[in-house]
Amino acid sequence: MQRLAKVLLFVAALLPAAYLTYGLFNDGLGANPAEALQTQTGIWALRFLVLTLAVTPVRRLTKWNRVIQYRRMLGLFAFFYAFLHLLTYAVLDRYFDFAGIWEDVAKRPFITAGMLAFMLMVPLAITSTRGWIRRLGRRWQLLHRLVYLSAIAAAIHYLWKVKIISGSPVYYAVIIGALLVFRIGWQLWTARRRGEAHRV
Amino acid sequence: MLIKTTPSIPSSEITDEKHYLQRRDFIRLVGGAAMIAGAAPWLQACAGDSPIADFAGTPGPAVLPGQSPISNVKPAVITTTEKLNSFADITSYNNFYEFGMGKNDPQRHAGSLTTSPWKVKIDGHCAKPADYQLEDLIKPHQLEERIYRLRCVEGWSMVIPWIGIPLASVLKAVEPTSKATFVKFTTLHRPSEMMGQNDRSSLAWPYTEGLRLDEAMNPLTILSVGLYGKTLMNQNGAPIRLVVPWKYGFKSIKSIVRIELVDRMPATAWNQSNPEEYGFYSNVNPQVDHPRWSQRTERRIPAVFKSHQTEMFNGYGDQVASMYTGMDLRKFY
Repeated sequence: MQRLAKVLLFVAALLPAAYLTYGLFNDGLGANPAEALQTQTGIWALRFLVLTLAVTPVRRLTKWNRVIQYRRMLGLFAFFYAFLHLLTYAVLDRYFDFAGIWEDVAKRPFITAGMLAFMLMVPLAITSTRGWIRRLGRRWQLLHRLVYLSAIAAAIHYLWKVKIISGSPVYYAVIIGALLVFRIGWQLWTARRRGEAHRV
Repeated sequence: MLIKTTPSIPSSEITDEKHYLQRRDFIRLVGGAAMIAGAAPWLQACAGDSPIADFAGTPGPAVLPGQSPISNVKPAVITTTEKLNSFADITSYNNFYEFGMGKNDPQRHAGSLTTSPWKVKIDGHCAKPADYQLEDLIKPHQLEERIYRLRCVEGWSMVIPWIGIPLASVLKAVEPTSKATFVKFTTLHRPSEMMGQNDRSSLAWPYTEGLRLDEAMNPLTILSVGLYGKTLMNQNGAPIRLVVPWKYGFKSIKSIVRIELVDRMPATAWNQSNPEEYGFYSNVNPQVDHPRWSQRTERRIPAVFKSHQTEMFNGYGDQVASMYTGMDLRKFY
């Protein structure tokens, strides 16, 4: 049953990529297919990042503990779409012009933020295997807190990218902000409760 | 007047003229056959002696609702051998924030705009200010076809066969006085039909733009009323818009209701919204980056690679560079 759910989730997570690939070869992405690919892969990376970050709050609030089993897959799909997003920039916009890419990263804050968001995901993707989790022990959890930084950088990247800050980039920043604030709030609340329990 | 054509175009970009020429034959055909009722009223008003013919609205692939064919257009003088963008590309991928910020929003939402009747006020420092009905503004002048490259500040470009009249002829008719040094343009402000104008996070409405008087009088600068042989679709700035091909696309203001001769540099919409990113001049310039991206290359729609080298003044340097002699174009971006 759980296995089936995972397979379904996997297939569902691939649908945006399938849709974009189909559109690319069937004239379905409009007058500027490169821009559509870039925007859509970026948006899907953000969506999966949000879903990944939502796992813990959902678990805490609903006591649905098994949701944790889907977190790795969600995180890896965030990485997958972020990687495709980076490729649209490096290949379609810059055509492997590494000097130009480096110049952009150094000079343009929104690209710096985007690149940072991606780079922070790389070690997380690499150490997402069972072997690495075992090897790193407690340090694994510490390392994987980098996802918070990555999400903040991604939200900033999107906010700085647009000509006029409104709508979608603001919503994503607010959602990511709320998911992070939840963690802080939860920590404080449980710490207080533990303190009270001690006193009793 | 004869203006030099652009040489040295890679063979991959040579025009496939067949498509467009066939289209023209078709338009001549329906345009000639259909001097009946049903056309846009502003076209009817000038039927007969006007260069713009009526059209009955016969359903056909080339003429969409809200459009009318235009005839008696002087063929392109200023031309390019680059491949024209398709009508579908030109009408589905637009920046027209009055109808939303998405590229496809104008096509989806601009249909609601009433473009007839349409008045254009021309006033300010001139001897003969006037409130023109659109047809009276166009009628005295010879419509011309101008195939221009359009370079958007965002890094994409198209080649578009505009139809229009030189702005210079329109301005001369109102006789600018010696005090006139700049020209200010204003777009229609009608939030009931332009839903984007209700968005407070967007630009400050109405949209305004400006040119120095010599830029406005340059022979390349036109007021366009059509493209591909037909009147403009609303998403392209119907019924009348500016086209300034050596500047970034946002300078070419759409759906104009007022042209004012002024004595100082007017405030412009994008400059007000973000002065560091959008200057008053906004000449196409591969040497001056947008703060957030390089302007050295562009994506020629619908190419997937952004590999087209951007040219100084969008390739129109021979006709316009002399206006900026001695100016630091990094400072006056």
